[in-house]
Amino acid sequence: MDRRVTGSTAVTRGHISIDDVVKIYDAQGAAVMAVDHCSLEIEAGEICMIVGPSGCGKTTLLNAIAGFHAITSGRIEMDGETLCSSERPKATPGPDRIVVFQNGALFPWKTNLENVIFGPVMQGKLERAQAIDKGRAMMADAGLAGVELNYPGEVSSGMRRRVEIVRALMNDPKALLLDEPYRALDSLTKSVMHEALLEIYYKNKVTIFFITHDLEEAIFLGHKVVIMTTRPCRPKKVLTVDIPHPRDYGVLTSKRFRELIEETNAAVHEEALKAFQAGEKEG
Amino acid sequence: MASTVDKILASRAFWRGVVSIVVFVILWEIGARSKQWMAPDAFAPLRELLGAIGLKKDYLPWIGAVPAPSAVLEAWAVVLGQAGYWQSWYMSLLRVAGGFIAAMLVGIPFGLLLAVSRTAHGIGFPVFEVLRPIPPLAWVPASIIFWPTQELSITFVTFLGAFFTIVINVVGGAKSIDVRYFQAAQSMGSSNWDIFRRVILPGTLPSIMVGSAVGMGITWEVVVAAEMISGGGSQQSGAGGGLGFFIWSSYVGGSYEQIVVGMISIGIAGFASSELLRRLGKYVTPWLRAR
Repeated sequence: MDRRVTGSTAVTRGHISIDDVVKIYDAQGAAVMAVDHCSLEIEAGEICMIVGPSGCGKTTLLNAIAGFHAITSGRIEMDGETLCSSERPKATPGPDRIVVFQNGALFPWKTNLENVIFGPVMQGKLERAQAIDKGRAMMADAGLAGVELNYPGEVSSGMRRRVEIVRALMNDPKALLLDEPYRALDSLTKSVMHEALLEIYYKNKVTIFFITHDLEEAIFLGHKVVIMTTRPCRPKKVLTVDIPHPRDYGVLTSKRFRELIEETNAAVHEEALKAFQAGEKEG
Repeated sequence: MASTVDKILASRAFWRGVVSIVVFVILWEIGARSKQWMAPDAFAPLRELLGAIGLKKDYLPWIGAVPAPSAVLEAWAVVLGQAGYWQSWYMSLLRVAGGFIAAMLVGIPFGLLLAVSRTAHGIGFPVFEVLRPIPPLAWVPASIIFWPTQELSITFVTFLGAFFTIVINVVGGAKSIDVRYFQAAQSMGSSNWDIFRRVILPGTLPSIMVGSAVGMGITWEVVVAAEMISGGGSQQSGAGGGLGFFIWSSYVGGSYEQIVVGMISIGIAGFASSELLRRLGKYVTPWLRAR
């Protein structure tokens, strides 16, 4: 059952299929379209980066996959099983799809280790003692040895984010849904976190659905980068990043990396400008 | 243990506190003795001035009418040896503890219920909000009619003092828990009961402790006033009426020093109970120490 053994072989689970999804918010009678006929395939074990300006509706899509919010129409499937559709608009949240939140959602009243073992113990998958052993091992793997008994409030924000990713992986999920997890970090910590995330990913291959507004982050991490239009949100351009994994920070200065940035920068900038102008109109 | 004492003795804040209390007592002693030192002719102009603005001529306004700390200490030394004084402490403590513990036992579950159940909130909250603004002391007459014994009626009024504050804090605390914690717990396979026990309860604990500390302060205010109004349920001997009644009977008996003894006793009791709660709070919410 050790994931690190299966990690080297091809990943066969965690394929997410988003088909013609629409989300309309009905805010005080005024219908606002957040997601507009969005279709997207995310392969099993793929790192799929979703790039778009703030407020473009990409978090709405994540919430629909996670099961926190309902969709208006369309269908989202995972490994052939329907998560949500027009008939059953809200998916049931489950340990196969774990969200790592923008500002972090570690329970502040639990120690880091207690946070990490929360999922398996809740689901009754592991006895407490087994969960503690596994949790300690995974934390050590992620460079978190020594802070097991600290509270999240006692460690740096970069460490907190890593603890949260370990907590997510302890559930043995098919997919990790990350909602701008590094937004609040300074750029130096961010670069360390990127390498740390890749390292964790190489050991525990899962599908990663990663929302960001940082194009460099997207191209550095992703197999696939999906550039979204501003509200309503729909894929504008899908880029396959042909830089081979495993990657390290050397990639950032490579010629191919700069070419890919140039190729996509215009599309991202165009949407950011639209979002900005739309914001000005509303204001 | 010794190192904690050393640390306190070395801290600037501790000595600042000591100096402030000593200076306060000295100024009080000087002010209270103004009748003596203002007697010589040298102070005649000051006396004339006080008289001219319509105040008593013989001593400094207000403070000069208060018994001096030395006299208070003397009176204290006398009552320390009397059973009635200790009986007063005991009765007030009993009422505060009874009312406060009852308020926690009823208020915390009630507040949590209002926070988690929309139905309970719809039914319970309007009544609660109408009763809440009524000052606990306004309940004293009704309470004496409701309850068979004086003791129960005073404890009930004390209970009310803490109850409303605790409930409001519990409801507010539970409702302000970030929705992400619920979503995370739900994703990781928690049942509703798990979410209640592992998210709502610990998430509300800091607010419970804040509500309790504020509620404890109110119980001391209420118990003293209730004892004064109701006569403290005193027996024929006059002993056993609580610290509020101790102050009141000192006033009626004309012992001003004892009034101050009673006041300071309440100050000490209130401080000690708040400190106890603060320690308890730190103990049950260890994660807040990290901030």
